Amino acid sequence: MTTSAAAVDRAPMPGMKVYNLKLGLWVFLLSEVMFFTGLIGSYIILRFAHPEHFAEPGVVLNVPLTAFNTFVLICSSVTMVKAFAAIEQGDQRGLKRWLLATIALGTFFVGVQAFEYNVLASEGFVPVAEEYHAVGRHQPLDGPAIGGPLYGSTFYAMTGFHGTHVTIGVLCLWFVFWRARKGAYSAQSFGGVEIIGLYWHFVDLVWIILFTIVYLI
Amino acid sequence: MSTTEQGMVQKAEPGVHHDHHELPFIRQYIFSTDHKMIAKQFMFVSLFFLVVGGLLATLMRWQLGYPGQPMPGGGILPDAMMAPTPGGAVMLPEFYNSLVTMHGTIMIFFAIMPLLVGLFGNLLIPLQIGAEDMAFPRLNMASFWLAVPAGILMLASFGVEGGAAGAGWTSYAPLSASGEYTGVYLGQQLWLVSLTILGFSSLAGAVNYITTVVNMRAPGMTWFRIPLATWALFITAILVLLAIPILAGALIMLLFDQTIGTAFFLPEFDGEPLLWQHLFWFFGHPEVYILILPAMGIASEVIANRARKPIFGYHSMVLAIIAIAFLGWIVWGHHMFQSGMNPMLGTSFMISTMAIAVPSAIKTFNWLATLWKGDIHLDSPMLYALAFVSLFIIGGLSGIFMASTPVDVYIHDTYFIVAHIHYVLFGGSLFAIFAGITFWYPKMFGRLMNEPLNKVHFTLTFVLYNLVFWPMHNLGLQGMMRRIYDFTQYEYLQPLQPMNRFITTCVFLLVATQAVYAFNFFWSMFKGEKASANPWNSNGLEWTVPSPPPHGNFAETPVVHRGPYEYSSPESDTDFLPQTAPPRRQPDRPLEPTPTPEGA
Repeated sequence: MTTSAAAVDRAPMPGMKVYNLKLGLWVFLLSEVMFFTGLIGSYIILRFAHPEHFAEPGVVLNVPLTAFNTFVLICSSVTMVKAFAAIEQGDQRGLKRWLLATIALGTFFVGVQAFEYNVLASEGFVPVAEEYHAVGRHQPLDGPAIGGPLYGSTFYAMTGFHGTHVTIGVLCLWFVFWRARKGAYSAQSFGGVEIIGLYWHFVDLVWIILFTIVYLI
Repeated sequence: MSTTEQGMVQKAEPGVHHDHHELPFIRQYIFSTDHKMIAKQFMFVSLFFLVVGGLLATLMRWQLGYPGQPMPGGGILPDAMMAPTPGGAVMLPEFYNSLVTMHGTIMIFFAIMPLLVGLFGNLLIPLQIGAEDMAFPRLNMASFWLAVPAGILMLASFGVEGGAAGAGWTSYAPLSASGEYTGVYLGQQLWLVSLTILGFSSLAGAVNYITTVVNMRAPGMTWFRIPLATWALFITAILVLLAIPILAGALIMLLFDQTIGTAFFLPEFDGEPLLWQHLFWFFGHPEVYILILPAMGIASEVIANRARKPIFGYHSMVLAIIAIAFLGWIVWGHHMFQSGMNPMLGTSFMISTMAIAVPSAIKTFNWLATLWKGDIHLDSPMLYALAFVSLFIIGGLSGIFMASTPVDVYIHDTYFIVAHIHYVLFGGSLFAIFAGITFWYPKMFGRLMNEPLNKVHFTLTFVLYNLVFWPMHNLGLQGMMRRIYDFTQYEYLQPLQPMNRFITTCVFLLVATQAVYAFNFFWSMFKGEKASANPWNSNGLEWTVPSPPPHGNFAETPVVHRGPYEYSSPESDTDFLPQTAPPRRQPDRPLEPTPTPEGA
């Protein structure tokens, strides 16, 4: 962002006192809300229709691990705010440092999710309906199946789409970091940092909702 | 992120127009970021798909007019589509299913929607609000270049094993969720992937349109001075923004069912086929208004201009658009009365659906009141627009029939529905598209379309159109089901054979008639009468700039002083008053303060 987002790019009358990129991102997030609404709504409908397909919290899914992962993601929102606060003060070093921290935490989150998928799949909890045979945590693999294929399908669809969003966010953060290293941002011009921050907080917020309804309820 | 630098720089310096350095060919005509060029790209591609969709319809009509009889020239199609017999090639039922599906899909997603939203959204929004381009020009380019591969994938599905998708344009599960039912595997998957990509294209466009309308208006262009076409496109963009992601989610879930074997819509694993219908129509009904609201906006522009009168009830027109868009979200269940849904729920959907008649009627009566005692110029854009209004009324009224659950029980899934959708989508949207292309043709190409040829095209299309689709109401009431391959297998439908043959003949003529428009379209591009900046004596900002406008549109940022429909105003010596005309000082009225570009 070579032009100053905050100072120069004021909307001429009429219009909102928000620069285009930020307004555009907010508009885009509205469509993201609808996307997750569709997924979560489908989950609710399927779960109410077939409660026997779903298990009690903690029987199949690893709640403590994911609670920790949730904490990591929330921390990454804090580091994101710190990065934004740093560049608002013109602190280039702070910006890069906090961006890297956010990237590290985001990557860690995706890594834990991949690890969790692996463990779940080894316990028979898979998205493929015909191969679904979840035995639950720490149970012998030839034990009785818990829940049904709708559990696996919805779980992987919802967490998978969220994980994709986090991954895209991490890639965008790398891009912002690369721009930051070239000195593209300043106390007067930080549009890119601000909008990746907005996206990142949104992804974080979605996870809190998903964690609640997929893992805890 | 650098995508928008251009937009930001433009906004930072209002009034400073672009350097007119020559862009290389590829940036000017292929990977262009100019909204006017992108609009034309959308137009050419969608008109191509319009032709494809029309040809698919003629193939279907052959089967319905002459069931099981060899099709002339059918031998050139592969054996997967046509069965060779001694007398010639006969259409296979599987191919007929693909035709039904692809005709609907292509017409809705690749012809009408990109014509209304891609063409007119791109062409009109920046010009009508006084902006130099879209807020995100490169995102705009990406929007077009996502639509192209989506179209290619959709067409390519005809050539894969098993043929193109055959579960209808609504792709109801479980028919669509497993290839075992239709024999279509890859074709259905390509259908899903193609529409998902197209969804991204639409989303990119919607984000752009909304940001542009909110943030890029010229000084003085207050909300209630925005022309109705742009208002309609703005509200449409909101519908696209919120409806498309629902479809995308559903498409991807269905794709997972097809490919990796998830259970969302498959009843054998307790999945819910009805869930697909809910998701699809929760998108699908707003989609209906995506396909008609811009058409209403176009018709409003043309009717006010060609009647030389202010549009009647401008504010109520805007509020009606908003009301229709809002109500569009709570009526989706009226597509599912026969799905086994709770009848109580059906009643509430029936009532909310009928409520839409109110804002629709407000718009219709406003158009009629605009015409009342107007100085009506019956040239071709006006004829198309009037056809839009009259055919939309018919389509709207038949909609009330289907909205009533007791009637819908009877006419559901019959040709009555086919007649209805073509009255609103062909008679409504497509006639408005003809009006819009003809009206803004000079702004795109600097020349006017040939008027006598357009009148020939209008007359033939209007008459043949009604001969094709009006009788379909009767077919439906007599029980002929939609999407049927060979209705003559039912004895009670055999008497409908002559009427079907008549419709088929009229379809062939109707499709052939479109060659007149196609010829006119290309001929006028090179040989048409040169157009002035304002050939229709119109008020909008788009008519204050040369035809076609240069890159960057406005040499100076325009300043807006009035609404867009001040025709035959006593304030003016002519019968029109451009939005940029400063108010004339009146002794008893203080002068309106002039807004400045800086927004001070």
